[in-house]
Amino acid sequence: MIIEDNKRNLDSVLKAAEELLPRNLYEELVNKLNEVPNLTKNEKIEIVEETVRDFIAHMIQPGEPVGTIAAQSIGEPGTQMTLRTFHYAGLIEFDVTLGLPRLIEIVDAKREPSTPMMIIYLDERYKYDGEKAKEIARRLEYTMMENILDSINYIIGDRTLTITLDKDMMEDKGATTQMVLDALKRLKLGEFEIDEENPYVINVTLSEKVLPDEYLYDIKTYTNIVDKVKRAYLKGIKGIRRAIIRKDSRTGEYIIYTDGSNLEEVIRIRGIDYRKVRTNNIHEIARVLGIEAARNAIIEQIIDVLSNSGLDVDIRHIMLVADIMTWTGKIRQIGRLGVVGDKTSVLAKAAYEVTTKNLFEAAASGAIEEFMGVTESIIAGLEPPTGTGTIVTGVARSLIRKLNEVKEVNEFEFEHRERA
Amino acid sequence: MSSPNFKFKEKYVIDRVQFGVLSPSEIRKMAKVTVVVPQLYEADGSPVAGGLRDPNFGAIEPGERCPVCGNTREECPGHFGKIDLARPVIHPGFGDIIHSLLQATCRQCGRLKLPPERIAYLLNLIRRLRRRWPVLARQLAKEIKREAAQVMECPHCGTRQFKIRYTRPIYFYEERPEGEVRLTPINIRDRLERIPDDHIELLGLDPKRARPEWMVLTALPVPPLAVRPSITLETALKAEDDLTHALNEIVRTNLALREQLLGGSPESIVEAAWDRLQQLVAAYVDNELPNVGQITYKRKRPLKLLAQRLKGKEGRLRGNLSGKRVNFSARTVISPDPNISINEVGVPVDIAKILTIPMRVTPDNIEEARKFVVNGPDVWPGATHVYKADEDRKIDLRYNRNWKQLAESLKPGDYVERHLVNGDIVLFNRQPSLHRMSIMGHIVRVMSGRTFRLNLLVCPPYNADFDGDEMNLHVPRSEDAMAEARELLLVEKHILTPRYGGPIIGGRQDYISGAYLLTIKTTLLSKEEVVRILAATDYVGEMPEPAIIKPKPMWTGKQMISLHLPNDMNFRGKAKINAGNLMCGSIDCMNDSIVVVKNGKLLMGVLDKKGIGAEEPQNILHIMALEYGHNTVKNFLDNVFRMFIRVLEVKGLTVSYGDLEIPKEAREKIMKKIEEARNEVRKLIDEYRKGTLETLPGRTPEESLELRIIDVLNRLRDEAGSIAISYLDAFNDVFVMARTGARGSDINITQMSAMLGQQSVRGQRISRGFRTRTLPHFEQNDLSPEGRGFVSHSFVEGLRPTEVFMHAGAGREGLVDTAVKTSQSGYMQRRLINALQDLVVSYDGTVRDSYGNIVQFRYGEDGADPMLTYHGKPVDIDRIIESVRLHKVSIDSRKEVRK
Repeated sequence: MIIEDNKRNLDSVLKAAEELLPRNLYEELVNKLNEVPNLTKNEKIEIVEETVRDFIAHMIQPGEPVGTIAAQSIGEPGTQMTLRTFHYAGLIEFDVTLGLPRLIEIVDAKREPSTPMMIIYLDERYKYDGEKAKEIARRLEYTMMENILDSINYIIGDRTLTITLDKDMMEDKGATTQMVLDALKRLKLGEFEIDEENPYVINVTLSEKVLPDEYLYDIKTYTNIVDKVKRAYLKGIKGIRRAIIRKDSRTGEYIIYTDGSNLEEVIRIRGIDYRKVRTNNIHEIARVLGIEAARNAIIEQIIDVLSNSGLDVDIRHIMLVADIMTWTGKIRQIGRLGVVGDKTSVLAKAAYEVTTKNLFEAAASGAIEEFMGVTESIIAGLEPPTGTGTIVTGVARSLIRKLNEVKEVNEFEFEHRERA
Repeated sequence: MSSPNFKFKEKYVIDRVQFGVLSPSEIRKMAKVTVVVPQLYEADGSPVAGGLRDPNFGAIEPGERCPVCGNTREECPGHFGKIDLARPVIHPGFGDIIHSLLQATCRQCGRLKLPPERIAYLLNLIRRLRRRWPVLARQLAKEIKREAAQVMECPHCGTRQFKIRYTRPIYFYEERPEGEVRLTPINIRDRLERIPDDHIELLGLDPKRARPEWMVLTALPVPPLAVRPSITLETALKAEDDLTHALNEIVRTNLALREQLLGGSPESIVEAAWDRLQQLVAAYVDNELPNVGQITYKRKRPLKLLAQRLKGKEGRLRGNLSGKRVNFSARTVISPDPNISINEVGVPVDIAKILTIPMRVTPDNIEEARKFVVNGPDVWPGATHVYKADEDRKIDLRYNRNWKQLAESLKPGDYVERHLVNGDIVLFNRQPSLHRMSIMGHIVRVMSGRTFRLNLLVCPPYNADFDGDEMNLHVPRSEDAMAEARELLLVEKHILTPRYGGPIIGGRQDYISGAYLLTIKTTLLSKEEVVRILAATDYVGEMPEPAIIKPKPMWTGKQMISLHLPNDMNFRGKAKINAGNLMCGSIDCMNDSIVVVKNGKLLMGVLDKKGIGAEEPQNILHIMALEYGHNTVKNFLDNVFRMFIRVLEVKGLTVSYGDLEIPKEAREKIMKKIEEARNEVRKLIDEYRKGTLETLPGRTPEESLELRIIDVLNRLRDEAGSIAISYLDAFNDVFVMARTGARGSDINITQMSAMLGQQSVRGQRISRGFRTRTLPHFEQNDLSPEGRGFVSHSFVEGLRPTEVFMHAGAGREGLVDTAVKTSQSGYMQRRLINALQDLVVSYDGTVRDSYGNIVQFRYGEDGADPMLTYHGKPVDIDRIIESVRLHKVSIDSRKEVRK
């Protein structure tokens, strides 16, 4: 009973429940009480009380080694995971790393995922308009001259460079001749003009600066210039290799999927719903949106990987992994260069990976091993400070006397060593 | 409790360990021997004084008295010796540190190359930081080093500085304007000596425990003999330890160098010997260093020296300290026994006679103890040793065969080392131990035979089968270990898994088929059958009312289940068969595919994988475990599941070739589908060749074609499969097994009856082998289904040779994948465990690491134990509403469980 019997009424019981229960559970409870028809007041009270009782009975106990349980719960299904890359959620255009390799990538806190990708939602004005969505997608796609070139021709000894553009590709990528001219202007190769006969041919006269006279017959200089032209930036966002539009069959809105990721730039584009932009690059999220967002991203991505392999892991375990990776304010890798490497214990680090280096460093810095963690305790033959190791069992003298009529027992007999 | 085996009660407990570098004076002070002679033994075989086997290193032979401490080999701790090096050498482990010290300090005055004010400021900062944030202090030290290293003129004395080049692990060069000069260990030591203590602190080192000049060795400690024992071979020759071999080399070289120095040899010869000494000392510390020659045994095997003893999986730390070999354990093959309880383990008598438990004799159990002693060590249940408290003596019953008399002489306070008997608790384990359910507590049941027996229902948590699996058994021997095992480790306390909040123990395979066959509507049991089936359980009571009275009394299978359900239990859930043509949305279900239990009666629905299977959250077992407690589930598993097996014995479950054959009509339908798909693929290929194939955005034409073809062929396989399955009889046992989830899937049936379908490697059609084709049976550049691994036949029909090859190819990929996956995921799990193992829930509900840093303010944001959730939800409000409204009783039973 939460409240003494004579004071029981629905409001006081609910108030007590609000304090004790997690918010989402409390809200669910209130909603259900309102929704379910024909509940008497006493029944409602009983339901609230039973919910609270059940919740308290299902709470985690102090001393529970939740870290180990989380690690096991994520590690154990690892053997059941797939190794290959798959098409992302039915998108045959993309290969996305999933399964074990992706999970390892996440806990490794790799700077860049092996297959970076973004999912971009559009704001109200663009959402339902396929044409407008396509326009935005085109604006995103990083396009270089190379992508729309048909050919570049030159004759050694001549200063003219003939650039022929591919009309179809230009249309596909949404590039205009003006963009090409702008790009050429930026390159500062010299004078240039559109061919009189063909609007897709541009003639460039290379200047003395770019092609000095003494190099006029040097092939290498020419190829360098051609490479420069090929790599010239036309439009789009760096890192976005491809953008593809999909219509969500349920909501009817258009969503852009991209190959490659650049959160910082993409949220600035007008027309996209910046609150809903997703990327699988966790470091980018941490940089742009902060560490809390990165924590959520880690949780989301691990869940994504696991559910894609059809595996069932409680979210609490995943949250714990995300928390230990981010609680310092920076993303730390699970391993030698991150969480484990930051441990203070010399022996825990030495027992993990680089044994001798850690020992030498400990010697030089005069480190002290205090045997606070699990590995260290096991090494020293001590009880690790988890589970029943967190508490001390003792027998009171009075109790022993009562049980055995033993006379000489000194104060308390502690079986376990007390831990500070 | 203490017993003779734990007589070494923890007198001292390690509290802290201080790391540091030994100073030369400490090395000299602790040395009891100065090794100067390279010979080990005199001609008569006695050890040479001043050699590496000098008796002053400590007593090691039985009966030998140590000349230093006077103890025998049991008590003598062993004593260090030393080698006085003729010239100093760099300790290879500290090369990196020496390098940064040389870089950061002045070559002339030895001070840190930063302005005095800055030094004072940083010193204050790093001292404060070190107490609370050791990691940050470490980082700051690195920053200071980097800052100081860039200064090219000493702010203290104005001396010009030079770059120091370092070749790992022991060579240092200074890039002076006149050219590169090698810094000798003597130069380096001089420089390091000049660095003031405070400045050393700024670089992250401890000047009290590790003065940098100590990192250049002038005396080398020689470990005691116990660390490097020699073994006597049968030929009476002595084989020395690797460490002794290496030290011997060092002694020789040192001696040679000293003689050269005394004899005034030319500098170049001295240098050569000095370098050799340097290399040997470096290799003595770590025999796998780059740029240092390995010390080998007879020019072949590299010696295992100091670093090699510590490193790696079998090294001291991981192999002997983190993980240890233990006594009182056993390992043998496992085999199944459906008749023992899920928390029992069948232990062979031979093993029970070796594994023992110390039994303290009290007035209450003295008679029992005497029986064990009288039986002796060879008759089970007997005893192997007796410990007499008043004599402080342990008697081995194998040699003292006066068992009767010993039994008589037992007194309270003595101990009897008795055999393992029924009812003892043991820990049972199967590797790989991936989760905590890989080690569980079982109750011993001693049996004849030579294998461990376990109930089939505990196979899922161990991931065990009986194709030759072996398992390990450990005996907890202290009272607290046994109590903890009973309270925390017993099998029934692990029916629910913390991984996803659901039962991990439950039926598989035949249990599922049996449950299904028992609970389907068509099963009506005669009185004889009811008795026979119920006899498999411990049911005691009246026969239930028959469901049918005329023409003769008949009972349903569901009634048999109801007899064993708690009588206020309510449950509603979908069955696994609720799919395809047996799909039911609402409770008005004619297919019996929604399970309803009301007031402990199974009213409708068949029990299959979703109802009673392992690893199925929110099934009957899950609800029962959460609301009625694990003992209820244990009894249910022990009784009802035995009944399921009995049903199979009564009704039979068998599979034959005929069950997989499909009628001609179906075969023809499939052939038509194949023909259609072939045409479609041909069309695609034609379009591709003509260049008219519509490409997918961002894909090449080749990729587009492949994706399309794979799509067509996979659809074909699915269609063929559903045709085949639709022709199978509803009581066909293969079909029953697949549909109930007992074994096999639709794909398995498809492959057996209809066709294998497209075989793939790396997610693509098989395309490699010969240059332009997969096999010589096909034309070059053949893109047709067959040429790229499509198998149009089924296992029943038989495969063509090329098809067998393709199938084997795909199968091989699977094998390789599993092998790669196990190693990768094993390593990932090791890292996860190492990173997370210190996290514990504290009494205030926060999650903290072992230093008290808070990682989560409330575990999992709601503080719920995932093991005790309804598949993630801590409370199932709908169930509560239902029980409050309809059945007040069940609330009471829930309260009961919580106590």
